[in-house]
Amino acid sequence: MSRSARAAVSALLFSTALVFSSPAVQAESFGLGRLATPEEIAAWDIDVRPDGQGLPEGRGGVMTGEEIYQERCASCHGEFGEGSGRWPVLAGGEDTLDTEDPVKTIGSYWPYLSTVFDYVNRAMPFGDAQSLTPDETYAVVAYILYLNDIVEDEEFELSKENFTTVRLPNEVNFIEDARPDTAKVEQAEPCMSDCKAEVEITARARIIDVTPDEDAAD
Amino acid sequence: MSETGSSKGRTTRRGFLTGAAAVGGSLAATGLVRPAMAESDPENQPPNVADWSKYLGEGVDARPYGTPSEYESHVVRRNVAWLTASPESSVNFTPLHELDGIITPNGLCFERHHSGIAEVVPSDFRLMINGLVDKPLIFTMEDIKRFPRTNKVYFLECAANSGMEWRGAQLNGCQFTHGMIHCVMYTGVPLKHILEEAGLKTNAKWIMPEGGDASGMNRSIPLEKALDDCMLAFAMNGEALRPEQGYPLRLVVPGWEGNMWVKWLRRIEVGDEPWHAREETSKYTDLMEDGRARRFTWAMDCKSVVTNPSPQAPLLHKGRNVLSGLAWSGRGTVDRVDITLDGGKNWRHARIDGPSFDKSVHRFYYEFDWNGEPLLVQSRAIDSTGYLQPTKNELRAVRGTNSIYHNNGIQTWHVRENGEVENVEIS
Ligand code: HEC
Repeated sequence: MSRSARAAVSALLFSTALVFSSPAVQAESFGLGRLATPEEIAAWDIDVRPDGQGLPEGRGGVMTGEEIYQERCASCHGEFGEGSGRWPVLAGGEDTLDTEDPVKTIGSYWPYLSTVFDYVNRAMPFGDAQSLTPDETYAVVAYILYLNDIVEDEEFELSKENFTTVRLPNEVNFIEDARPDTAKVEQAEPCMSDCKAEVEITARARIIDVTPDEDAAD
Repeated sequence: MSETGSSKGRTTRRGFLTGAAAVGGSLAATGLVRPAMAESDPENQPPNVADWSKYLGEGVDARPYGTPSEYESHVVRRNVAWLTASPESSVNFTPLHELDGIITPNGLCFERHHSGIAEVVPSDFRLMINGLVDKPLIFTMEDIKRFPRTNKVYFLECAANSGMEWRGAQLNGCQFTHGMIHCVMYTGVPLKHILEEAGLKTNAKWIMPEGGDASGMNRSIPLEKALDDCMLAFAMNGEALRPEQGYPLRLVVPGWEGNMWVKWLRRIEVGDEPWHAREETSKYTDLMEDGRARRFTWAMDCKSVVTNPSPQAPLLHKGRNVLSGLAWSGRGTVDRVDITLDGGKNWRHARIDGPSFDKSVHRFYYEFDWNGEPLLVQSRAIDSTGYLQPTKNELRAVRGTNSIYHNNGIQTWHVRENGEVENVEIS
């Protein structure tokens, strides 16, 4: 809302803004493209950030969310977010990230709740994207929090106002890229001859049956 | 000599087929069955004169858009069905073992979609630039094509390429272990021009490209990279992008993981902070052994693979053979590729042949005589930053086996006495 207003203002003021902006703006203009209207921007600008920027007005509670979820999501993601077949799991997986079989879900892995809103709103239900209203999206996100025991109160209502107060447990466990994390040539010039005495095969491809084998009949 | 060699080769291939059937026929899917090549007719060979040397062929209009010879019909992208829940959110793989040079033909570039192929009507295509800009703008495809253009050859590799191999040798074929890469020449417009046309605010630090497909793919990219070498591409290998590669417009993010190269672009927002979209939190973050996860792991590290011989491309001849492969680095060019045939006891320099472009694949060859003894074949690459391609165990020592992404470890192929090749790991 305020963003589209801002967009309108900046569109109006652009000729003056040009003078005060970063050096990049002083680059040659090609005079191509047309101004986007505030309505166009409001309709397409759907992204949501962790600080809440981009959240639409609206609210929705766990119980409404459950109804929507069972109708529009459960067929793929399972009644309790456990995922049916190979469809993604949305709940559970606590304390598995450092095990042999990590289960990465919104509760166990995702750092920010805004990502759930942003993604569900833009991409789900799979094959019927952008069909949920803001209230429905708040409600479904509230229900996913409930499925993950992050919210325990059935009466909980998620809204634009309280959204950023909800934190996901795994937020602290994201770290920056530490690569390159293996030796560079100047640290270990690669050996060219007589590099090892013995070589053994330690593992072989487990052959996976990827297709019906009719064309291998002979 | 080469005659006997090739007919022996066919017998050998048949021999493999029997073996394949014995293990559940799965090798069939790896391309060993080449029905079109199986028949050979002495009538076409000297001293006889083949039909094609006597009679007229099809006229010029028979193939208005040319396609490969019917004898190459086995050269196709393939998927691994068990990997994903639905073909609309799935991946298939480039048949690297059938290709040469550095350019991937458009129809063979691997595909990764999150909601199927968007069929964008070019006259209805619109690209919106909004956020921290002086003028939010909308461009048509015609507008985009009126900006100054550039041509660049770049590889695109999915961060999950070789991801199935973290826990050990798994898939038999470089198409499956390494085929989430392609390399084409893009024609497009430097992203810089388009951002500058909108005018960047001084607090602009990130951009968020967004796809126009039903997944609305979105990623955060630092502005520095966007202004450095990112491109909006409308052509690949001289023709319009293929629908499955983002027609009519995709983002090119040289050297960085393929997921960021958003297809079917509809919008680019400029912001002061990253968005932490699903594809940079839930996915494309690298889970370490201690349960923490690296994020924003964008660059594709230096990597190489021998494409021939490989499980789908057995050795067919004793005597002279050409070993061939690909090497690349998201941080520059490839300076050197070494080859071993004895599992790393001794290494030799391979010959890089063809152009060496920044953030593009490099083709290497190593010509050798094979006496029929088993081989353990590996390649290792060194890039222009002095980075040395690590072994898989070196990677596991630092990252564990849960990280899915960025597996650029050295690949080992075991060539048996009969020429058959298997994906293995060695001590
Ligand atoms: C027809 C099956 C289907 C339905 C119905 C469906 N989804 Fe999904 N969902 C998917 C698929 C497939 C993916 C993965 C897509 C991809 O990565 O390309 C997914 C991914 C997700 C993810 C991200 C999972 C992760 O770990 O990254 C969330 C969250 C999600 N869906 C929520 C929902 C919600 C909420 C609904 C109902 C409003 C819904 N989905 C309906 C199939 C479905």
